Amino acid sequence: MYQTTYHRPSSVAEAVRMLGEAADGKFLGGGQTLIPTMKQRLAAPSDVIDLRHIAELKGITVSGRDVRIGAGTTHEEVANHSGLAAVCPAICYLAGHIGDPHVRHMGTIGGSISNNDPAADYPSAMLALNAMIHTSKRALSADEFFTGLFGTALDEDEIVTAVSFTAPEKAGYAKFPNPASRYALTGVFVAKRPEGVRVAVTGAGEDGVFRATAIENALSRSFEPSVLDGIAMPADGLMSDIHASAEYRANLIVVMAKRAVQAANG
Amino acid sequence: MGIEGIGARVARKEDKRFVTGLGRYVDDMVVPGMKYAVFVRSPHAHAAIRSIDTSAAKTMPGVIGVLTGPELKSDGIGNLICGWMIHSKDGSPMKMGAWSPLATDKVRYVGDAVAIVVAESRSLARDAAEAVAVEYDELPAVTDAVKALEAGAPQIHPEAANNLIYDWELGDAAATDQAIAGAAHVTRMRIVNNRLIPNAIEPRAALGHYNPAEDHFTLWTTSQNPHVARLVMSAFYNVAPENKLRVIAPDVGGGFGSKIYIYPEEVVCLWASKRTGVPVKWVADRTESFLCDAHGRDHVTEVAMAFDTDNRVVGLKVDTIANFGAYMSLFSSCVPTYLYATLLSGQYAFPHIHCNVRAVYTNTAPVDAYRGAGRPEATYVLERVMETAARELGMSPAELRRRNFIREFPHQTPVIMNYDGGDYEASLNAAMQAADYAGFPARREEAKRRGKLRGIGMSCYIEACGLAPSQAVGSLGAGVGLWESAEVRVNAAGTIEVLTGSHSHGQGHETTFAQVVADRLGLPLDQVSIVHGDTDKVQMGMGTYGSRSGAVGISAIVKALDKVETKAKKIAAHLLEADEGDIVIENGEVKVAGTDRSLPWFQVALAAYTAHNLPAGMEPGLKETAFYDPTNFTFPAGCYICEVEIDPETGVTEIVQFVAADDFGTIINPLIVEGQVHGGITQGVGQALLEGCVYDPTSGQLVTASYMDYTMPRAADVPSFKVSTTSTPSPSNPLGIKGCGEAGAIGSPPAVINAITDAIGNNDLTMPATPQRVWAALRKAQ
Ligand SMILES: Cc1cc2nc3c(=O)[nH]c(=O)nc-3n(C[C@H](O)[C@H](O)[C@H](O)COP(=O)(O)OP(=O)(O)OC[C@H]3O[C@@H](n4cnc5c(N)ncnc54)[C@H](O)[C@@H]3O)c2cc1C
Repeated sequence: MYQTTYHRPSSVAEAVRMLGEAADGKFLGGGQTLIPTMKQRLAAPSDVIDLRHIAELKGITVSGRDVRIGAGTTHEEVANHSGLAAVCPAICYLAGHIGDPHVRHMGTIGGSISNNDPAADYPSAMLALNAMIHTSKRALSADEFFTGLFGTALDEDEIVTAVSFTAPEKAGYAKFPNPASRYALTGVFVAKRPEGVRVAVTGAGEDGVFRATAIENALSRSFEPSVLDGIAMPADGLMSDIHASAEYRANLIVVMAKRAVQAANG
Repeated sequence: MGIEGIGARVARKEDKRFVTGLGRYVDDMVVPGMKYAVFVRSPHAHAAIRSIDTSAAKTMPGVIGVLTGPELKSDGIGNLICGWMIHSKDGSPMKMGAWSPLATDKVRYVGDAVAIVVAESRSLARDAAEAVAVEYDELPAVTDAVKALEAGAPQIHPEAANNLIYDWELGDAAATDQAIAGAAHVTRMRIVNNRLIPNAIEPRAALGHYNPAEDHFTLWTTSQNPHVARLVMSAFYNVAPENKLRVIAPDVGGGFGSKIYIYPEEVVCLWASKRTGVPVKWVADRTESFLCDAHGRDHVTEVAMAFDTDNRVVGLKVDTIANFGAYMSLFSSCVPTYLYATLLSGQYAFPHIHCNVRAVYTNTAPVDAYRGAGRPEATYVLERVMETAARELGMSPAELRRRNFIREFPHQTPVIMNYDGGDYEASLNAAMQAADYAGFPARREEAKRRGKLRGIGMSCYIEACGLAPSQAVGSLGAGVGLWESAEVRVNAAGTIEVLTGSHSHGQGHETTFAQVVADRLGLPLDQVSIVHGDTDKVQMGMGTYGSRSGAVGISAIVKALDKVETKAKKIAAHLLEADEGDIVIENGEVKVAGTDRSLPWFQVALAAYTAHNLPAGMEPGLKETAFYDPTNFTFPAGCYICEVEIDPETGVTEIVQFVAADDFGTIINPLIVEGQVHGGITQGVGQALLEGCVYDPTSGQLVTASYMDYTMPRAADVPSFKVSTTSTPSPSNPLGIKGCGEAGAIGSPPAVINAITDAIGNNDLTMPATPQRVWAALRKAQ
């Protein structure tokens, strides 16, 4: 790790100010991506602004079917929140399958979506749940927020403060883990509402998380795994690497979508 | 005998310190004034070094020294060598390219060491290492051994034209070809044995300390064989004469072969300590382990197995290309030759075998012995082709093997080995029974109803352990003898220290070796301590690898115990006024047989040291040394059966059953043996399903350079193993021990792949059988 200066703000405003004063500052969420990257000397921020001690970024509130998750909430807290499990167990399941216990106790939802790793789990849930992403400056829909591989609509000095969504009728997540890293080699989140079904795919797309409209259309007709039987996803636009070819990922998208629907139907 | 003697399930003595964090590894060692080293490494797979500019680095904060290859050369430090001479079939010696511990003219793989930086802290050293400016002229690289042999391939060493190190053969080519030509059936396959990265939990480390007052060096290192390290560094690398070089291998966290060899870093840290005047510590980070530890396997083989009309094998022909990486590591040359081709007879009575091996340089990390070393590669070839032949011949795989088993011993194979004993039918039967082989068709049907594809596969392996009769290996090119030494020191009050040249880095020697002593003298285990891993304490030893420590290391202890016992009996006979022949040692007492006259053990020991009343002319003391040189290899063998279920939608393989029936001869501690088998099978499953080292074929960059991309087996990847042992004691050593450290890794990969190919109905599958590969093979089969 290169030398860096550590800061501990206690409010979002203070954090934003500190970043503005830094030559090349970075916000620190759970540190599960940023710290390993710094240790490998692949990132060298002059200043690290730790968001972990800001009360307004913490906590989960569920009122009726309206859910709000503070950006500083850890994966473990999401996985084990009973109020959330009552209205949208799929997101608890997703959070409970991120990384390992150490990672889940440190990593945060805000950090995960700000990082928008193409193999991260949360972006698929945000997109399929049609979540709003609240920041220190504004609120954006997930469709607007995720802009490609590791890309988001965030400005340098913009902090994700929370995500919110209305719990769908049904939702399910199925993840095929990368055998080595256990990130999503392909993960599919499905969410059913009266007005239609949204399906988001992570781990597979060359441009990161995306919506699978062919699958959405089929499932909007009938929310059953069997309606996906004949569907073949095109391999164009999908990633190919040593772990999975684009063709294999195309296959996994359909298989994981079926399993997600099965999970949603309980 | 007894609850702590040979055959007892004693919990490991050493585990208390390991599980409580009180182990002492190289990185725990602190010497006053110690500083930290970081190596500057090549980012290129193949490049000429135009210049190295250390001037900026030398002015960085905390920097004590920045040293490069030319300085090392000018101090007379020698090139690293391979210690086993192999001659090609045309009689020419192997073509060993120069391996300078710090590259001078050229770098040949990503990670090749170019300079060392010594600084006040590891991160200051790292900062300065980044400031060392090396100008490279990049050259085209080749990582694949088959491609490296092709015309026009990049040339890696001037000494080795066409990158060919040797073109070696074993066996009778003409007779084998003739047998194949006249055969009723020939099974042919192309078999790839995937390259593996060892991944010991403790990264390699070295702490070199030069004491100018004594002109003496001490090296703490993560070594499986500290004496060999000292010998090689003295005799070949010119670091210091043996009496001026102490090598200590304290607790070592796993090796699997990768810590046998002498690497550049140890040599450079010692030399740098003298050059800079400070003790120099280097600890590999995980990336360096991936890049620079000697890798394992990496063979491409064409095989033909020929049968007569009775389905007996009449000939086996094997043609292998072995990837050696960029440099010849210490024992690399013997792995695909005398540890591989010599095992190609397996458990079978083959009349003719011919094996040709080409050893090839590529722009990859050096390749050397890795758990099993040559024997897993041989077993994989043999047991894949045997299973495939059974399918082609429409015969049950078990019956085809049974028909070809060796049944009489000793058995001379066509490939050097003389098997001294075994009962292959017994382990096959035991495994089939434990696996409920007969019930498999019903289980397959049941799985099918659940939408799963179930398959079963077996592997009957043999290996040669107990390396090795010194004269025999000498005649085959080895630069060292492969005996072992032991010293049994009985202290004045009767407790015992055993000094052994074997080295424990996970094997549990402190327990098993003590059990042998406790068994012989009837002493509590607690009164026996095992000392190893320090050239100042143990006079000489050959270390631990090749499952040799039981068969060779313990045999040396037994020999020393014989001498101790003889002397103790003489003393006791004198004190008890009895005939020496009537003295027996039992339960910590030295007795006159058939009488009630006895002395406690400690009194005999005390008498030896007080020397007040010893037999006339006897020297005081009770301490004996022995060197044991084996008379033959030992031949552990067994049968493994693997049963898998495959999810046809995703290609995911689940191992639902794994049975191992091994013959290890005499077992000292079943608990430790089972642990070795569990670990070995897990490594074999890792090779079969998960682990695959990948280099980018064009850039030569290591793609699988971290756990993000290199898949190590985890507990959830393996089932609860069903292990059992049958025993035919080895006739070649005093206790009948065969060795168990590598069997699991040797026998398991073909069993797993045979099971998967059985399940999916497509035999064209390479390791690691990842979900994507299984899915693709399944699609092709449909
Ligand atoms: C071993 C391991 C396994 C993992 N496995 C998985 C897995 O299976 N699935 C998965 O999805 N993830 C996985 N992760 C990633 C992990 O879950 C974290 O979610 C992820 O690292 C980012 O979250 P973080 O809170 O740690 O953010 P950090 O690492 O602290 O930050 C990441 C980036 O986001 C920025 N940032 C952080 N918080 C905010 C914010 N509130 N507003 C704006 N920017 C912010 C930072 O500046 C930085 O650029 C794994 C990580 C590790 C180390």
